[in-house]
Amino acid sequence: MTKQIFRIAPGFEEIMPEEYRELVTDGPYDRSVGVADLGTFKELLEEHPLCAGCGLALSLRLFLASLPAPADTVVVGSTGCSAIAFPQVGLHNIHGLFGNQNAIASGLKRALKLRFPDRPKDVVVVAGDGATADIGLEMVMHSWFRAENIATVMLDNEAYANTGGQESGMSPRGAVLNMAPTGKKFEKVAMPEIARESGCAYVAVTSPANARRFEKAIRRAILVARDVGPTYVQVFCPCPTNFKFRPDETLGVIRKREKEGVFQYREYITPEAQQYLAASEGEKR
Amino acid sequence: MIEQRVALMVDEVFQPTRCESRFITGSEAVKEAIQRSNITMAIAYPITPQSESMHLVGDLYAEGYIPDYFRGESEFAVMGQVAGAAMGGVRVFTATGGPGTLRAFEMFPCWAGMRLPIVCCFFTRGVNSPLSIQPDTIEMAFLLDTGIIMLHAEGAQDLYDFTLRAFAIAEQTDVHIPVGVFADGFFVTHTREMVTVGPPDVKLPPYDPHRSPVPAMDMEGVPVRHMRDPFVMKSNFISYAAHASWQQEILAAVERSRKYVHEYLGGLLETENEEADILIMAAGTAVSQSREAIQLARAQGIDVGLVKIKCLRPFPTEEIQHLARRARAIVVPEFNRVGWLAREIKSVVEDNSRVVGAPRVFGGMTMPSEMILAQLQACVPATR
Ligand SMILES: Cc1ncc(C[n+]2csc(CCOP(=O)(O)OP(=O)(O)O)c2C)c(N)n1
Repeated sequence: MTKQIFRIAPGFEEIMPEEYRELVTDGPYDRSVGVADLGTFKELLEEHPLCAGCGLALSLRLFLASLPAPADTVVVGSTGCSAIAFPQVGLHNIHGLFGNQNAIASGLKRALKLRFPDRPKDVVVVAGDGATADIGLEMVMHSWFRAENIATVMLDNEAYANTGGQESGMSPRGAVLNMAPTGKKFEKVAMPEIARESGCAYVAVTSPANARRFEKAIRRAILVARDVGPTYVQVFCPCPTNFKFRPDETLGVIRKREKEGVFQYREYITPEAQQYLAASEGEKR
Repeated sequence: MIEQRVALMVDEVFQPTRCESRFITGSEAVKEAIQRSNITMAIAYPITPQSESMHLVGDLYAEGYIPDYFRGESEFAVMGQVAGAAMGGVRVFTATGGPGTLRAFEMFPCWAGMRLPIVCCFFTRGVNSPLSIQPDTIEMAFLLDTGIIMLHAEGAQDLYDFTLRAFAIAEQTDVHIPVGVFADGFFVTHTREMVTVGPPDVKLPPYDPHRSPVPAMDMEGVPVRHMRDPFVMKSNFISYAAHASWQQEILAAVERSRKYVHEYLGGLLETENEEADILIMAAGTAVSQSREAIQLARAQGIDVGLVKIKCLRPFPTEEIQHLARRARAIVVPEFNRVGWLAREIKSVVEDNSRVVGAPRVFGGMTMPSEMILAQLQACVPATR
């Protein structure tokens, strides 16, 4: 997309919604902005309806600020809390159904490759842990097996939040949640390992507690997916509402878990992706 | 690979000056249709009796007629994959049937809601336990209210014609919703008949995503918030109103397809001897069985007319009401246990005690024409 497309016709500036005018004049399209520039440009996420302190909302904000090419990015989401925020996102975004996000993204990416062979269109999946590790696991893994050029971002709040706090495959063992009244009986699904073994060229586990690292992981995942192969980023973004901590404790919860060694920032890069990143990141410098 | 020329107008592919006759199966008829359809992608998952048709579509990919083709991991995934491709602005095709249809079910009303002009062939099959691979049209009953246009082919010729023409109907700006082309599994997919096909070196004009009433998801236009505030699960009047009007719009799009079904299929139904006192109304291969039964009845001096219903959604309500006005009895033979077609007809005709929902065969049984004849004979007193 070029910014020319959404220029406001002269005379209509006044009647366009304010957030639209801001997107045209101060949006991130065709500009090189990142998380360090937050507060200086019109973000892609309008006032969202998620809970106070929501780790997922914070992650979504950082995610949108980290996109290497927002003007040519399409996001595929899934049912869940993020689906409630996506209508407020200034990017083409698709809500398929619960769990089929990587299937939709596979078809979309292939179609866009055929239609725009000379211009990369980044297709990025952003979905909850239930959508990614439970109901959609088959489609997530098979998109990796098929080596689709898509980046998959899991917003891991360790539960089904949107339906009221049920256990998901990503809930920690022992967590007492709805539908796990005596505590979860098995460990968190080993998604980063599954991703690696399934053919992802880049895998990262990160959190919004460190915006720089978060941004790096998202940018790398999207760039590697564009040119090398499928990628996966797991974002630990705890849910104050269902895990019942105060909204101002979200980042504290992440840091506490990090200190305990339960959550760890990790990165796995195949040699091919490493080479690619060395070249492209070197170029930038 | 034959070099193909893009037709200037869709009609050039439908009414070609050069036709060829082929003795082919229904599955092969699908291949012939897809070869001329100029699709960009096809995605497949095996399910009997559909598999052969998608094998042959795969051959078209190998031969270079289709830019992309792959096997997805399940029918639900495939229906998501073709949805993604269609949202990306390309013409796509897939096929399924029976258990595959049910596994993918959640996607069909979503296709319609997303305004995707996907063409999908459904080769019907039993879906019960114990496992069955036998012919049965019960899955069509489930699909009647998903918002997709439903065409029912009688044989391989229809299957060729309907599949190719389905793209033209689906892609009209004022329609732009999916079309399901249904054919009775095995009876149509696995048997041969003479099929007239157009020249293989002419194909449909390419799909133009800019004719869609909703923008393609390609960031080539303003990021309109396609599913913005009112569409989300908010409990407020605007949300209710937005959803209600959207649902009505889908139904209205189905209604608007009538004129194109007329244009490209020559009507939603076809009739023979429609003035007769007894009418058979049928769809799919039950029509062929009815033709046989009518021969037998005629030999016994019983006058019977035939109404072949080609399009089930939109339903030919007015046409059926008109045809039913004079009839003393309406016999509806079906290849399923529930009699969904008889139910549909009963719901629109006056004095529906005239509608005989029989014979019905299911579990994969064939329908001997004598069974239909017996129903016709039973109707004779009513005509006196
Ligand atoms: C087929 C189907 N089953 C169940 C649901 C109900 N549902 C909606 S969102 C959701 C949970 C989503 O959990 P997750 O993916 O972890 O995202 P979160 O809400 O935590 O962001 C469920 C079970 C649904 N929409 N569709």
